Parts: sequence; C-alpha cells; structure tokens
Amino acid sequence: MIAIVFSVALCVTGMTAPIEASQDDTNASAAGPPVPPAPAPVRQPDGSVADLDAKLVICDPDAPPVSGAGVTSIFEPESPPSREIRDLGFLVFAICIVIFVVVQGFLVIAIVRGIRSRRAAREGGAGGSPEPTQVYGSVPIEVAWTVIPTIIVFVLTMVTIRTIRDIDITSPPEDALEVVVIGHQWWWEFRYPSDAGEVVTANEMHVPAGRPIWLRLESADVIHSFWVPRLAGKMDLIPGHTNYTWFEADRAGIYLGQCAEYCGTQHAHMLIRVYADEPEDFDAWLDAQRKPGVEDPKVAEGRGVFAEYACLNCHTVDGTSDGMFGPNLTHLASRDTIGSGFIPLNRENLRAWIDDPAQLKIGCNMPSLKLDTAELDAVTDYLLTLN
Amino acid sequence: MRWAISVDHKKLALMYIGAGLCFFLVAGLEAAFMRLQLARAENDVIDPETFNQLFTMHGTTMVFLVGMPILLGFGNYLIPLMVGARDMAFPRLNAFGFWLFIFGGLLLYFSYLGADGLYGAGTAPDVGWFAYAPLTSRTFSRGNSTDYWILGIMVSGFGSMTTAINFIATILCMRCPGMTLMRMPMIGWMMLVVAFLVLVAIPILTGAQVMLLLDRTLGAHFFDPETQGSAILWQHLFWFFGHPEVYILILPAFGFVSEIMPTFSRKVLFGYPLMVAATVGIGFISLGVWAHHMFVVGLGPVLDSFFGATTFLISVPTGIKIFNWLGTMWGGRLHFTTPMLFVTGFVAMFVIGGLTGIMLATVPLTWQLSDSYFVVGHFHYVLFGGTVFGIFGAIFYWFPKATGRMLDERLGKWTFWLLFIGFTLTFMPMHVSGALGMPRRIYTYEADRGWEIWNLISSIGVPVQMAGVAIFLWNAIKSLRSGPVAGDDPWDAWTLEWSTTSPPPEWNFDRIPTCTSARPLWDRKNPEDPDAYYE
Repeated sequence: MIAIVFSVALCVTGMTAPIEASQDDTNASAAGPPVPPAPAPVRQPDGSVADLDAKLVICDPDAPPVSGAGVTSIFEPESPPSREIRDLGFLVFAICIVIFVVVQGFLVIAIVRGIRSRRAAREGGAGGSPEPTQVYGSVPIEVAWTVIPTIIVFVLTMVTIRTIRDIDITSPPEDALEVVVIGHQWWWEFRYPSDAGEVVTANEMHVPAGRPIWLRLESADVIHSFWVPRLAGKMDLIPGHTNYTWFEADRAGIYLGQCAEYCGTQHAHMLIRVYADEPEDFDAWLDAQRKPGVEDPKVAEGRGVFAEYACLNCHTVDGTSDGMFGPNLTHLASRDTIGSGFIPLNRENLRAWIDDPAQLKIGCNMPSLKLDTAELDAVTDYLLTLN
Repeated sequence: MRWAISVDHKKLALMYIGAGLCFFLVAGLEAAFMRLQLARAENDVIDPETFNQLFTMHGTTMVFLVGMPILLGFGNYLIPLMVGARDMAFPRLNAFGFWLFIFGGLLLYFSYLGADGLYGAGTAPDVGWFAYAPLTSRTFSRGNSTDYWILGIMVSGFGSMTTAINFIATILCMRCPGMTLMRMPMIGWMMLVVAFLVLVAIPILTGAQVMLLLDRTLGAHFFDPETQGSAILWQHLFWFFGHPEVYILILPAFGFVSEIMPTFSRKVLFGYPLMVAATVGIGFISLGVWAHHMFVVGLGPVLDSFFGATTFLISVPTGIKIFNWLGTMWGGRLHFTTPMLFVTGFVAMFVIGGLTGIMLATVPLTWQLSDSYFVVGHFHYVLFGGTVFGIFGAIFYWFPKATGRMLDERLGKWTFWLLFIGFTLTFMPMHVSGALGMPRRIYTYEADRGWEIWNLISSIGVPVQMAGVAIFLWNAIKSLRSGPVAGDDPWDAWTLEWSTTSPPPEWNFDRIPTCTSARPLWDRKNPEDPDAYYE
C-alpha cells in the first residue's frame, strides 16, 4: 500500500519537473511576485554562457573563461592536491576491485558447488553419507588469510601516509596567496589580507590561476566545511579552531563546491564559486574591489533607504556602513549570484530577495524589512550600482 | 498484561524485537520522504526544516531504536537458550532495561508534539544523529528539540547498559555443564564482546550528553567555543562512542551468520578459534579508530595517519570472518532457505561495505568523500546490507522457535529478492553521486551537477524495498495464524535452543542440558562421529 502511494508520489513529482523548468525559462521578463527558488543554472554544463547574458542585468564583462562549470566530480581534478587524491583513489579502487572479484568469485563458486553437492546427495539417496565432510578449520589456510590482508593493508597504510604528508602541509607553499575563509550560516566570507588594504567579498572567491592559494579557515558560528572537489579535499571550518588548506588551480575557470558539514536549515544552499582568473585579470579584480563603494547621486534615494532601515546594521558598504553580520556589499554588483551562489544576480531576483529573503531561502537569517514598492525599487537600483 | 509485567527473557526479547520493528517502519518512512524530496533536483515537496528533522530522526531511530533493541532482543532470546540456562542472570533488571528503552524511544518521538512547548507546532530534533556542537547550543538550536534528543537517547542508553551487564553475567556464569567458553555458540562470543563494547561506549555518550545538557540548561561551556569550550571535544566524545557503536550493531549480525550459515551448509563453522580471536580483536581495535570520522577536522598529519592505520588494521579481523564463512560454505551442501538467502546476501553486501570502508580509511580519499553521499552508501551497505539482512535472516531462522510456526518460504524469498534489488538500487548509486561531489544532508541540490539521475535511481529503489517489507509483514501475520507447525527442530540444527519445544516453556528446559562440544545436538544426532573428538 505505502509502496504504491510512494510510487505515485514519485511519478507526480517527476512529472512536475518540466513544467517548472519552462516557467523558469520565461520568468526573465515576468515582474511582480517573488521569483520561485528554482534558479537557472548560472553556467551551462557545456560551459556556454549564451542564454545567461540575456538574464543578467549586470554581468561582469570580463568574466573569466569557463571550464566545465557545473562539474564537481572528484575524478576531474584541476589542482595538485585533488589530482594526487584522484591517483591514490584509483590505486585503492583497483586493489578493492581485485579483492571484490576474488571474494565474490569464491562466494559464487561455493554457492554453485554447494547446490550441486546437495542435489548429488539427494540423488545419491541412501548410498551417500547423510552430511558432508565436516571441516573444523585449517591452520595454514587461516594463517594465509590473516597474513595476506595484513600485508595489503600495510602497503595501503604506507601509500596513504605518504600522500597525507604531501598534501597536509603545515606552512604555506612558496609564493602562496593567502585568503581567509569565514563560514557563516549560510554564506561564505572571503578576506584577502594585504598591506594595500584588505579586500572583503562573499560567496564568490577570485584567485589567480597557476598560483598556490593558502586558505585560512575560520567559522563565525557553527561548523562548516569548505569543499570544492576539483581543487582540493574538504576541510572543516570550526569555531575556535583555525584550519588551513591549499590548492592551485591549473587553469582559469569557475570551480563549484558547497558546504559539506551539516550546518543548519540552509546547509544545502551554501554554495561556493571559485573563479580562477588569469593573473592580470585577478590583479585588476583586486584593484577594483579595493575601491570604496560607488556613490552615484542618481540612486541617492536608494542609498537613503539602505541607511535608514536596518540594512546597514548587518551589511558593510565601504563609505556608507560597517555592519558585519551579513555579506559585504561594497561591490555586490560585480558578482554573478546572490544568496550564496544559488540565484543569478539580476534585478528581479535581487528585488525579490530584498523583499523577503525567506521566500527564496527558507530559514535565511536576513529578515524581510517590509519595504514598500518604491523603497524596494530604490534600494535595488542603489545596490545594482555597487560594482 | 502478562507481557507488561513479564520478566521472562523470551517475552521481553519478543517485545524488544516487535518494538524495534515498529520503529523500523517509522524510520523507513522517514527515509522514504527524504528520497521523495531528492528524487529530482530543486524539488520542493519537503521544506528544509522538515527534511533536517527527517534525517536526524531517521538516523537516531535506526541506530538507537531499531538496531540496538532488535539485536539486544535477539541476544535476550537466544543467550539463555543457547547456553542452556533457565533465564537471564537478572530477570528484573532485564525488564527494567526494556522499559527504559521503550520510554526513551517514546520520549524522543514525543518531541514532535512537545519540543516547541505549548505555543509552536512542535518540532523534532534537527541537529543530525551525531549532533555536532555548537549547532546544538541554545544559540543555534532553539526550543527543546535537542533536549528531547539528549534525554530520549540517554534513557534508552541506560537500558542498553543494564542489558549489557545481564549479557555478561549470563554468559560468564550460567552456561550449562560442559559448555566451556570455547564450546559456546559463536553468537555467544559476539554478544559478549558487544556487551563489553556497550559498557565502554555508551557511558561516554551519556557523559557527553550530560555535558551538553549542562551547556544548554545550566549555562556550562563544555562545547561553547565562544567561552573557551571546544567544539571538537564533542566530536571526540561522540565518536569514541560512535565507532564502537557501529560494531555493536554489526557483531550480533555476524553472530546470526555464524549460526545460520553452518546449519544450511550442513557443516561446522570453519575455524572457530580464529573466529573468536577475530571477534575479540575487532572489539579492541574498534576502541581505537574513532577519529576516522574526523579526518576533515584538521587533526594534523600524525593523528590522521594513526587513525588511518588502525582503521586499515580492523579490516584484517573483519576479513578473517568473511573468509571463515566462505570456508564454512565451501564443500557444504547448501540449502537456500530464506534465512540462508539473507545471510548469503549479508556476506556479499558486507564485502562491498567493507571495501568502501577501506577506501574511506585512505585518509586523503576521505578528504574528498567524507560527508558525501559516498559515505551514506558505504554505511548503508554495512548497516542495511549487513545488519538488517542479518536481522531478517535471524527472524526467518528463529521465528519457528519463538512462535511454533514456520514463516512462508515463498513469500520469504519474495521479501529477500525485493529487499536485495531495492537496496542495491537505492544505495549503489549513492557511491556515484558522492564521488560526483554531492554532500549528504542537503534537502535539495542544483540541477546542473549531474546528480539527478543517480538520485532518481536511489529513489526508485524505495518502493521496491517497501514492497519487500510489506510482504514480510503479511507473511508474519499470516504465518502466526496458520503457518505450518514447526516442531522442535525444523532446520535440523545443532545448538541447544533446538532441543526444547517451540515455543520453549517459561523455564526453557525441563532438565538443564549438558554438552560435550560446540554443537551439542550434532553429538546427539551423530553419536558415531561426535565433535568432541575433534576439539
């Protein structure tokens, strides 16, 4: 009964899929009520960004070339630690496959022989012995299947320890760029310490390709885990305990990941986007991010709304506010996404988000400020100038 | 009422198993809802809060209210019968432990009604079954749901401890004349090691839960990083309990296999002494592997290497068991009754769970795979393909003894194949989605990651499993009423429980039996070639 109900429910949800997908395609021009949370993938799996530009009101014209975005497979590494892990993984996998084949092979042979022997005994009738030969054990055989596995695991342990020592280094690689990653419920803060002034951004980490990146991992609340599978294994961000990890993107592109330690309601929507830029593009990005927030007189009204309501308590815009609880918005419009990487940044999405974040991201810590339409439009326009 | 006031180990055991099966249905439904939500990307059938409660309750229930009581229930039923005793050493303590488990389970589920107090709609715990600090602090877990989680598990944990004491006392002091420790049925050894593990591990959990309760209600700071407490301390304490717990859940199932497989292979268990050594070895090593759950915590290369090595090491005694079972089947005359199907399936599936365990002991690989669906696949191969298959095998094997009636073989085979196929459909693809980067415990996922097809297959396996369980329930009800009468010894088996009536009288044996070997009934049935001669 329950199984049937479940199957029906499964079919129903399966059938609703195409409908929502088509809504998603057409909602670019729809105005008004909040956009459903179903976000269009910002980058297509084939790497094209063609239909994206139509949707994004503000888009970084110097967006880096995309390599296989959407891919988060541990088998497609683009960085030394993840590559070494993949190679080790293949070795261990191969050994396990061999063991699997041997053990299951013996099991199958034992089953086939056992069934035959039972049939033979039955057909043999009274002539055969009532029970098969009783074998109580065999010291040489038992020694063999104790010693051989011990040797295998000894080899595996040695290989494992060597790889641990290669990857889990305790000081930064030479010429590494340090980025501080701070986990929040449910978004990422990235800080680039520098003598020329610290750059702070959120959810989209820019790094130069071909240069080691040394990550200092901290948490502002609960435990999170930083996992971008194509760049490196995961490492937890633990309050009161600083961790470090590193990667080095082989080539420019976007590398996706997400929080991998359960951290509360919106653990699923704590996505990471790492943009590996060509070094000169990265320098340009860093310079742009260092500038204070744009103060366009055309959107002074929106800036007023931002300053008048509670926005500024949580969000920093350099020169306007210094809230620390939410993401730094000084260069919000230079990003591709909002809501920690799961909604493309465009006017409607941003407006819907400000109107009521919980509509898009249930349980989100940002409250709805109940702005009226004019205020919403004004503050949206203001934020979109912050590039 | 007879049942409610009973201190008979058999009645208590059947109540343990019955209650465990009820919780099994509940926790299974919780899982089904999760699979429904994850059947496709961006699904919105279930909201995130509910989803987080579902996986918390599913995990907590399956471990503490399904696995533990059913396995302890079988221990309760079988230990006195198999060692030739009239009851457990402390029958009243036994009843006390059972009622603590029931109370703890109901307290946990009462959270659905009571955790939000009188004013809310009611919430269940949503912190995950391992409840990592500081997500469990007052700051991040408001309301009382986490307190229900703490107290429910703590109460049922006290029950498990009393049962463990009972197991040890019964096994060590109440074996019948002639039954030395090395002539004890293998399941006795498994239960003995399990009982010691319970006594070592559960108090650690209870202690940690008391600390957490102090944090939450009395303003202590054990796990509060803001005030020099340590979030990592909780993980050490929890997993120092948590990993032995895995062996508490699997060793009794090893015991089932070690009893059922010889009977239907018509051969003595291969390598009994080595099997005992491997069991005790697993018991010891399992106390020294806990931090392999913490490879992404940043413990540093030395600790990671140590715990990786101990984890590899535990695969040696575990492998010995697999090989010894193969040795038992080898050259036997195999009768593929339903219990034999389940324990053979157990061996095949447990090998897969063990091998993915070896991959996860490879520390750098775990840096990628930890907290991904690969891990979910891995431990379901161990706990479903292993423990649950073992439990079903045990139910089909000992049902005739406990009720006096046989379960239907044809329906039993349907149950096995549906469960086997459904299980494989659900859990095999999880290894792929995990390797493709899908973290566990997410209530929805992005459409462009290539995870959807694997999740859909996983979800399709669910109704297949449900059909298997439904057929089993029908089988049990039907057979209780009108199954063929079993007789004392329907399987022509060799251990003492088959020498008494089915169901056994309250006093188990009219005369306390004596035994001369590990297979007392073999010796009686084959007086010309007794086991004692070879021991």
